[in-house]
Amino acid sequence: MTGLTRGSARPNQWLRNLNAKIASIPMILTAVVIFLGGTLWTVVYSFTNSKLLPRLSFVGLDQYERLWAAPRWIVSIQNLAIFGFFSLVFSLVIGFVLAALMDQKIRFENTFRTIMLYPFALSFIVTGLVWQWLLNPQYGVQSIIRSLGWESFSFDPLYDADIVIYGILIAALWQGTGLVMCLMLAGLRGIDEDIWKAARVDGIPMWKTYVLIIIPMMRGVIITTLVIIASGIVKVYDLVVAQTSGGPGIASEVPAKYVYDYMFLAQNLGQGFAASTMMLLTVAIIIVPWAYLEFGGGRKRG
Amino acid sequence: MTSVSVRDLSLSFGAVTVLDKLNLDIDHGEFLVLLGSSGCGKSTLLNCVAGLLDVTDGQIFIHDRNVTWEEPKDRGIGMVFQSYALYPQMSVEKNLSFGLKVAKVPQPEIDKRVSRAAEILQIQPLLKRKPSELSGGQRQRVAIGRALVRDVDVFLFDEPLSNLDAKLRSELRVEIKRLHQSLKNTMIYVTHDQIEALTLADRIAVMKSGVIQQLADPMTIYNAPENLFVAGFIGSPSMNFFRGEVETREGRSFVRVGAVAFDVTAYPARGRLHPGQKVVLGLRPEHVKVDEAGTGEVHEATVDIEEPMGADNLLWLKLAGQSMSVRIAGQRRYPPGSTVRLSFDMGVASIFDAATENRL
Amino acid sequence: MDNIAKNSTALSIDAAGARLKDGPRGARPKRTLSRRNIIVYGTLIVVSLYYLLPLYVMIVTSLKGMPEIRVGNIFAPPLEVTFEPWVKAWAEACTGLNCDGLSRGFWNSVRITVPSVIISIAVASVNGYALANWRFKGADLFFTILIVGAFIPYQVMIYPIVIVLREMGVYGTLTGLVIVHTIFGMPILTLLFRNYFAGLPEELFKAARVDGAGFWTIYLKIMLPMSLPIFVVAMILQVTGIWNDFLFGVVFTRPEYYPMTVQLNNIVNSVQGVKEYNVNMAATILTGLVPLTVYFVSGRLFVRGIAAGAVKG
Repeated sequence: MTGLTRGSARPNQWLRNLNAKIASIPMILTAVVIFLGGTLWTVVYSFTNSKLLPRLSFVGLDQYERLWAAPRWIVSIQNLAIFGFFSLVFSLVIGFVLAALMDQKIRFENTFRTIMLYPFALSFIVTGLVWQWLLNPQYGVQSIIRSLGWESFSFDPLYDADIVIYGILIAALWQGTGLVMCLMLAGLRGIDEDIWKAARVDGIPMWKTYVLIIIPMMRGVIITTLVIIASGIVKVYDLVVAQTSGGPGIASEVPAKYVYDYMFLAQNLGQGFAASTMMLLTVAIIIVPWAYLEFGGGRKRG
Repeated sequence: MTSVSVRDLSLSFGAVTVLDKLNLDIDHGEFLVLLGSSGCGKSTLLNCVAGLLDVTDGQIFIHDRNVTWEEPKDRGIGMVFQSYALYPQMSVEKNLSFGLKVAKVPQPEIDKRVSRAAEILQIQPLLKRKPSELSGGQRQRVAIGRALVRDVDVFLFDEPLSNLDAKLRSELRVEIKRLHQSLKNTMIYVTHDQIEALTLADRIAVMKSGVIQQLADPMTIYNAPENLFVAGFIGSPSMNFFRGEVETREGRSFVRVGAVAFDVTAYPARGRLHPGQKVVLGLRPEHVKVDEAGTGEVHEATVDIEEPMGADNLLWLKLAGQSMSVRIAGQRRYPPGSTVRLSFDMGVASIFDAATENRL
Repeated sequence: MDNIAKNSTALSIDAAGARLKDGPRGARPKRTLSRRNIIVYGTLIVVSLYYLLPLYVMIVTSLKGMPEIRVGNIFAPPLEVTFEPWVKAWAEACTGLNCDGLSRGFWNSVRITVPSVIISIAVASVNGYALANWRFKGADLFFTILIVGAFIPYQVMIYPIVIVLREMGVYGTLTGLVIVHTIFGMPILTLLFRNYFAGLPEELFKAARVDGAGFWTIYLKIMLPMSLPIFVVAMILQVTGIWNDFLFGVVFTRPEYYPMTVQLNNIVNSVQGVKEYNVNMAATILTGLVPLTVYFVSGRLFVRGIAAGAVKG
C-alpha cells in the first residue's frame, strides 16, 4: 500500500487506467495498423509496378495512366456516375414521399413499414439473383407483357449493354429505399408538432408546408442520408456480381469489381491498388465537405 | 484532529482551471457544507476528495494518510449522489451489500452490517425490492445506507436532496442531521441550497469560481459575511445594499446614500471608517424595524409592493432612491402607497469596502 | 370582477343555445373514403405490392417444376406444388465439382457468423465502455481514426489485411474471416456502445467505484445487466451484416469454407449445365431466410439497429 508516507509517489502514468488501455488494444490496432497503415500501404504501392506480389519498385503515375486508358475502367466510372446520380435522386425522392405518406397518422403503419423495409434485411446477392430472375427476358416481366398481347414490348435490361445499369438500379432501389424512408420518417417525426399546428392555423396548404418549411428543417437528416447512400454507392460490388457479373461484356462493370478482379484474378496488384486509391479519393470528395458542414464551420444542424 | 485535509489542491481540464491551490481542513466528526451556485467547483472538490477525479496538483489527506493517488475504495469514504445512483437491476439488499461483496467481506459480517443500516434508516421492509419500486425518498435512504454499510468515518454527500420535492427534502434534511448526531462521523456535504447549508452545517465553506470565499459556522456566515459575494448569496430575499460614502459628524459616523445618511456609529467595524471612503452598506430585510419605537434615527419610506407569505410579510420599499425589501410579521399589512417609518440595528449590519468588496 | 364573470357565463350560455338549434355540433363526421385517404392508402398499397412482388415470385417459382416454369408465367401460382427444388437446393446443387448443395455453405455461414458476432460484440462493447467511462490520453484520437476509417472503401484495405493474415498464418481459414468481421464491425459497434454507455448516469459509475468495483467488475455487474437492449440491437446488426457478407467471404476464405452467399452465387451463376430456376430460387430463399427471420422477429429493434448502422455509411 502506498500512501502511508506523506507525499506518496505518483503512480506510473503508463500503468494508470491499465485495464481500459488493455480493452482498447483491438481498437488501437485496428485504427492504426489496418485503417491508417493499410490505407497508406495501398496508396504507396499504387505507385509501384507490383504484379503477382507487391514489390517496391516505383513507376510513378504509370498505373494511373494505364487505369485511365483502360476502356473497362472508363465504363466502370461512367456506370458509377449514372448509377450514383439516379440512385441518389430516386431514393431521396421516393424515400421522402413514402415517409410523408407514412406520416399521415395512418393505420397499419407497422405493416407498411415492415413490408417496405424487409428487402434491406436481404443481402445484395439475394437481391441481385431475384431481380435477375424477374428481368429474365424469356420468363420474366418482358414475356408476361408480351403474352398479354403487346408482342413488340421489349424490356430486357440485363441483356442490353446500353441500359443494363438501369436494371441494376431497379434492384438497388428495391433493396434500399425502405431504409431511406425510415430515416426520413425519423426526421419527420423529429419535427415539432407545433410547426404543423401553426401552418394549419395560418392556412398553408400541406404540400407548401412540406416544401417551404419541413424540408428545409430536415436539412441535417437529408444530408446524412445523402452521405449514407453515396458512400454505399461507391462500394457497390455484390449486387453487380450477382445480377450480371459485369455483363453483357463489360457493360455493367463498377470500380469495386475492377479492383477485386485486378487484385485477385488478373494478378495485377498495381492496377488494383491504383483503382482502389481512386475509390478512396471519390469517397474523400463526398465525405470531406460533409464532415466540414457537419462538424466544422457552420456548426448548425437542421 | 483533522479528518480530511486538502493541501494546495489544483485541478484543471486542459486550459480551464477549476480549482486553484485550494486548502481546507475538516475536523473529525465535523459536518462541513460546501455551498455555492452551479459551476463554482464544489462538486469537483468533493469528487477529488472521493478520488473520482485525478487532481492536477496538491495533496489530499484522510486521517493523516496521503490518499492523493489512492483508489476511491481505499480512502475510507462513503458517498451519496444526487441521482441516488442505485444499481437498477439489484434489489435494495444487493445494492447495500455490493461493495462489501467486492471487498470480499465474509457473509455473516455483510448480513450484520446490512441489517444494522436498514434498521437505522428504517428500510427493512424494502430490502427485497428493486430501486424502481421505491419512491424518491426511499431511494435516497438506500443510497445513504450504501454509505453506512461501508463502516467508514467520512461521508460525502453530493447534492443528495436536490432531486426531491420540497416536503421530502425538509424531512430527509432532519434525518441526515439526526444521523450525524448519532454516528458522529465526518460529513462533507455539497449543496446549492442555503437552507440546507445553514440548518445542517457545523461550518460552511461558501465557494465561488473555485475559491473558498468564507469558511465559518452558519451564524457567522449569516451575520458577518466576509465579503459582498457571501453577503449577497446567503439569505432570501437577499441583503439590501446601499452604495455610499462615509461621513463623520460630531463624533458619529454616517454612510451617506444620496439624500439619506445612515448612522453607523453602532457598527462594530474592524478598523476605522475613514471619511470619504466609498463603501457598501448591507442591511438584511429581517433586521429592519418598521414603525417601532427604536433607539436609532428613523427614516421614512413608501411601500411599493406587498408580498404576503403567510408567516411573513415582505414589503418592497423605496428608500434613498432605490428599492429595498423588509420582512415583517405576517399579520401586519401595509397597502401599497402607505408610508412607513424604518429604524435599523447597525449592530447586525454589514459594511464592505466598495473597491475590494471585503468586510470592514 | 364578479360582474364580469357573471356576464361571460351568461354570454356563453346564450351562444350555446343558439348553436343547439342549428350548425355543427359534437364530433366531426369521419369519412373513411375521403379523397385524401384514397390517395394515401392507394399509393401505399401499390408500393407495398411492388415490394412484395419479388418475394412472391421467389416463393412461387421455388414450388414449381421446371416444365411448368418453361410454359407458364412467373407470377402464376404453382399448378402442382413440389418441394423437390428445395431438397435439391439444400442437398444436391453443384458448385464446381462439389454437389452437396447449399447445406455446406449454410453451416459455414453459421460457423462464421456465431463466433464473429460474439467476438466483435465482446470486443466493441468493452472498448466502448472504456471510451465512455475510463478515458485515457489518446483514446479520442484512436477513436476518431476508427470512425473516419469506417468510410474508407473496403477495397483499399483488403490487400494489406491479406498480408497481415498470411503472416499470422490464418489467411483462408475461418479464424481469419472472424478476425476480419471483428475489425470491420468495430467502428459502428464501438460507436453504438460508447454512446449508449455515455448515456447512462455517470453517478452510477462513480458509486460503483466508491464501492470498490474495478474495470471488469463494473462492466460485468453494473453495465452489462443494464444494457441488454443495446446488445440485442448490436446482435441484429451483426447477424444480418455478417450473414449477408459476400466480399470478405470470397476474399479471405478458401472454397471449402465459402459462406452461404458466395456458394449461392456460385450455384446460380455457374455456366455449366441447364439452368434450374426453381432450384435457384429455393436456394435464394434459403440464403435469405436467416436475416429475414431476424428481421421479422426483432421488428422495431431492427429499425433501431439499421438506423444506428446507417450512421457508419
